Formats: sequence, structure tokens, C-alpha cells
Amino acid sequence: MAEREVRTDEAAIARWFQKHGLAAGRRTRRGLLASENRDGWLFASPWIAGFVLFTAGPMVASFVMGLMQWDLLSPPQFAGWSNYTRALRQDPLVWQALRITTAYALGSVPLQMVSGFSLALLLNTGVSGLRWYRTVYYMPAVLGGVEVSLLWIWVYQPQFGLANWMLSLVGIAGPPWLASQTWALPSLVIMSVWGVGQSMVIYLAGLQGVPTTLYEAASADGANWWGRFRHVTLPMVSPVLFFQLVMGIIGALQVFTAGYVMTAGGPNNATLFFVLHLYRNAFQYFKMGYACSLAWLLFLYVSALTLLTFRSSSAWVYYETELRT
Amino acid sequence: MTSAVGRHVAPPKFRRRAQRAAIHFVLVCGACVVLLPLAWMVSTSLKDLGDVFLFPPKWIPTPPRWSNYHEALTSLPFGVFFRNTAFYTGACIAGQLVTVSLVGFSFARLRWRGRDIVFMVLLATMMLPGQVTMIPRFLIFRSLGWINTFLPLIVPSWIGGGAFYIFLMRQFLRTIPLEMDEAARIDGCSNFRIYWQIVMPQVKAPLIAVAIFSFQGHWNDFMGPLIYLHTTDRYTVSLGLRMFQGEFGTEWHLMMAASVVAMLPILMLFFLAQRYFIQGVVFTGLKA
Repeated sequence: MAEREVRTDEAAIARWFQKHGLAAGRRTRRGLLASENRDGWLFASPWIAGFVLFTAGPMVASFVMGLMQWDLLSPPQFAGWSNYTRALRQDPLVWQALRITTAYALGSVPLQMVSGFSLALLLNTGVSGLRWYRTVYYMPAVLGGVEVSLLWIWVYQPQFGLANWMLSLVGIAGPPWLASQTWALPSLVIMSVWGVGQSMVIYLAGLQGVPTTLYEAASADGANWWGRFRHVTLPMVSPVLFFQLVMGIIGALQVFTAGYVMTAGGPNNATLFFVLHLYRNAFQYFKMGYACSLAWLLFLYVSALTLLTFRSSSAWVYYETELRT
Repeated sequence: MTSAVGRHVAPPKFRRRAQRAAIHFVLVCGACVVLLPLAWMVSTSLKDLGDVFLFPPKWIPTPPRWSNYHEALTSLPFGVFFRNTAFYTGACIAGQLVTVSLVGFSFARLRWRGRDIVFMVLLATMMLPGQVTMIPRFLIFRSLGWINTFLPLIVPSWIGGGAFYIFLMRQFLRTIPLEMDEAARIDGCSNFRIYWQIVMPQVKAPLIAVAIFSFQGHWNDFMGPLIYLHTTDRYTVSLGLRMFQGEFGTEWHLMMAASVVAMLPILMLFFLAQRYFIQGVVFTGLKA
């Protein structure tokens, strides 16, 4: 059916042109749409193929594998839900990893949001040198991976590191940071704030998008700085804050490199991130089925948190389109 | 901490000046805290091992030991690591530019049945933790015999391209008026020509943004190479640095020198193309 219509394209277009756009007959419009329909699928096919091969297929496979025992050497054996019950009942490291990862997210996400947003508010006061500040603050955010991890190991070095040198300037004897069971996780949280520039840039753009007429109106109504912030700034940028919150949670729950390179999950599993535990089960112990079940547990956890955040959003996120309904 | 519109209230001049000064003070302090680790790294990279363990630290090494860099980079085959990383990053960027622009064009400017549903699926995949598909993907590439090649890292860029980047492209492409496409179509222009000759020349900025993000992502990637690359001749810079850490764990001056060099390409790119970095970040961070 599509074939025939495609062949009539040229004649159809000519007639459509003569009759001026919307006055065209149904067949001709369908012809145009048919070629668009075909090319639309064609042009989108790289992503669709990638989705089937690298996302949808592996998701199904991952679920099925989660129900099996498989060490890559002997053939896989069906095991029902035993991987899941084992993960939740017999592997204390799963709960440890969940606790650690949650604590990391609870620490780093709000800290990054507050510091990023505060910086953006300061930069949005019409202060001179905006571009300089933005460049400096954003710079660490473009770096990443192992280099940054190595740098921060050196910063946190207990005797000769930068962190304890700075603390010694104000007379504090610093903790052994990464080597300490108490301080290892907070060290990684503090380090994550170093990359705050990325969200700062986003908040800044959000703040600059707030129409000044709203501030003028609020001032005319006698609102002071706090009133303008509370009733104009916050509602207007709440969608940006919300989006950053969701992406922040999803990102924080998947932290890996810092835990692997800087602490190897230690000391005493104090920085055992969930993905690190998963990685070890898959690629060091070759428990492929078990690792898949862990991946699904992580997925469920991320989804649940995301859903909760979305649920909460109606209470505090303001969308302009709501005005119309 | 007044907002730009605090002007209406017209505070006394000295108060406004004091506020400005306070803001600058906070921002400069913050900037120092942000830059200090980088300065620390560069400083350490130019010391000799004795000066590394001085407390309180000596910030400016005299004389600076430039030979640290030579020593760090020749102790392991970093030349190979850089070449590998450049090759695979380049191949990924090329793939992503092609895929992402085509798919983005399709979502933004062509009408096809099921488009909106497919787009919703694409958005949903952005929320999916990569770990869920990681192991089956590994097994697929293993059964193809692609382990310890760059193919598992490159092919997904050509097939798939990354939902995040497609989303970014689509958002940009939607801002260009559709009338141009319609006119061209009426003149008998094929959809591919519309894509290639009419639309693509107008979206250089987002394409550059995608290329930059892709560069940044792949250059910094650790987990992908860790899973797929197993012999030293295939190592990327991040795997090389990790290996360096294992072998020269206490030679901080050399480790910092190697880290500085590993950061250089991205820092240079950042200073050359800052505008595009910021545009891209803003665009993807605002439009949910």
C-alpha cells in the first residue's frame, strides 16, 4: 500500500502545490505523509536497532539470567528466584552496598544542589566578572574518571595531603580520610561537590530565564528580598531544580569509578557502592546470574526513588502550563 | 545577596557597594577552593620525591623538575594508551554525530506513525541504569569474539548513539521553522537532502556540543574499557593510569604528572570551546 502511494508522490505534490496546501485532496496528502512515514522510520532506525540490540534484548536476557546460576564455564542452570532471595537474605554486602549508596546520594545530591544553586544566585546578582567565575567553577566538572580520583587520593593523603594541610592552618588535626571507616564516605561526598559547576551553569540559566516583570510586580506589592525569592524565584526555577534532583539521584546511585579506584570499596566496605558490588560479582567472581539479579534490584530501587520524587513534585514543582488548566 | 532587581528599593550607595564586595569575596574564596586541588596537582608534578613529603608543603618547587613528565610518560607505554583512547574516542564521536543527527532529525521534523511512542521509549531509556543491560551486552560481544577489541565501545555509538544526545539534537532541531522543509519538499526535495543540505548546516552548534560531550564522556570513561579491554597494548589512558597507580603507588610526583597530561586534552578543549560546553549543558539541563 505504501509503495503505490510513494510512486504517486511527484504528481501529488504538483497538484498539492496548485491547490495551495490545505486545500489538497486526501490522496495527495496521504502520499506525502507516506514518504515521510517511511523515511521517518528509516532515519530513526539506527536508534531503534540499537534499542532492540543493546537495550530491550539485553533487558529480557538480563531478567532471564537473573533466574539462573551461571559461572560462564558450566552451562547455566535454572534457579528460580533463588538469586533474589540470596541477595536479600544471605548476602549482607547487598544491604551494606544499598546503605552506602543511599547515604552517598543523600549526602552528595542535596549538597550539590544547595551549593550549586547558591553559587548561581550569587552570580545572578549582576556581579561583574560573571564569565570568569563561571569558567573557574565549571572547569572541574569537565574533568573526570581516573585522573580526578588519583588527584583526590593525594589531596586526602593523611600526612602530606592538601586537605589536612588546610585544616592544620586553622589548628585542626585532620582525620585519615580515605583510610578511615568513618570518613571514607564523607570524603567521596565532599569530592563530588567539586563538580558542582555543571549544575551551577544550569541553575544560572534558569535564573536568567525568570521574567523581570515578575520581580517588578512583586516589589510593587511590597515584597522584600526574601519574599521575591520565595514567591517568584523558587517557583519559577522549581522545574529545573526538580530535573536536577531526578538526574542527581539516578547518577549518584550509579557511582563506580571513585569507589573502585580510590578505596576499592574499603575500608571494611565503608565505600562499597552498589555498582562496585555488582561489578565484582559479574567480572571477578563470574556469577553472571547473580549479578543480573543485583542489577534488577538496583533498577527497582532507582525506579522507586524516581517515582517517589515524581510523586512529591506536584507539591513543590510549579509548571507555567498549570495556569491554563 | 540581593537580586538584580533589588535596584527598585534603592539602598544607600555604601550599602550596595558593601554587598557587591561581600559577593565578590565569597565568589573569590569559592574559586580558590575549587582551583586549589588543581594547583596542588601541578605543584606536586614538578617536585622531586623529597619535596613531595614536606610538611607544610612547598608550593613552588625550585627548580621545577620537568623531567618528572618524561619519566612518568615513559615508565609505561602512555603513547600507546593515548593513541588507543584517541582512536576509540574519535570513532565514537563520528558515529554519534551521524546517528544522533539522523535520528534527531527524524524525531523533530518528520511525521511518522508511532513516532511519539518511540520517542517516549527513548526518553524512558535515559532513566535506565546501564548496569541492567551491562552483563548481557558483555555476553553478546563475547560471543562475537569482540572482547579486547574496541568494537564493543564503538559499535553502540553507531547503532544507538545515545538517547541523551538524540534528545539534545531533537530539541535544537525543533527550534528551526518547519516551513523550509515544506517548501523544499514541494520542490521535490528528498527527505535526505532536506536533512543534509537544509537542516544540518544550521545546527552546527548542537553538533559541536554533542561532539564535545562525547569526547568528554569517552575520554573519562573507565568502566567500559575496564570491562572490555584486557591487554596493555589495548589500554586506554584511564586504564593506563590505573595501572600506573598499581605500580608506582607512592611516587606521587610521577602520578600527578601523568594525571596532568591525561587531563590536558579535555582542558584544552574546554578553553577552546567553552561556549559550546555551556550551551549544551544549559540546553539539556533545562528542558525536561
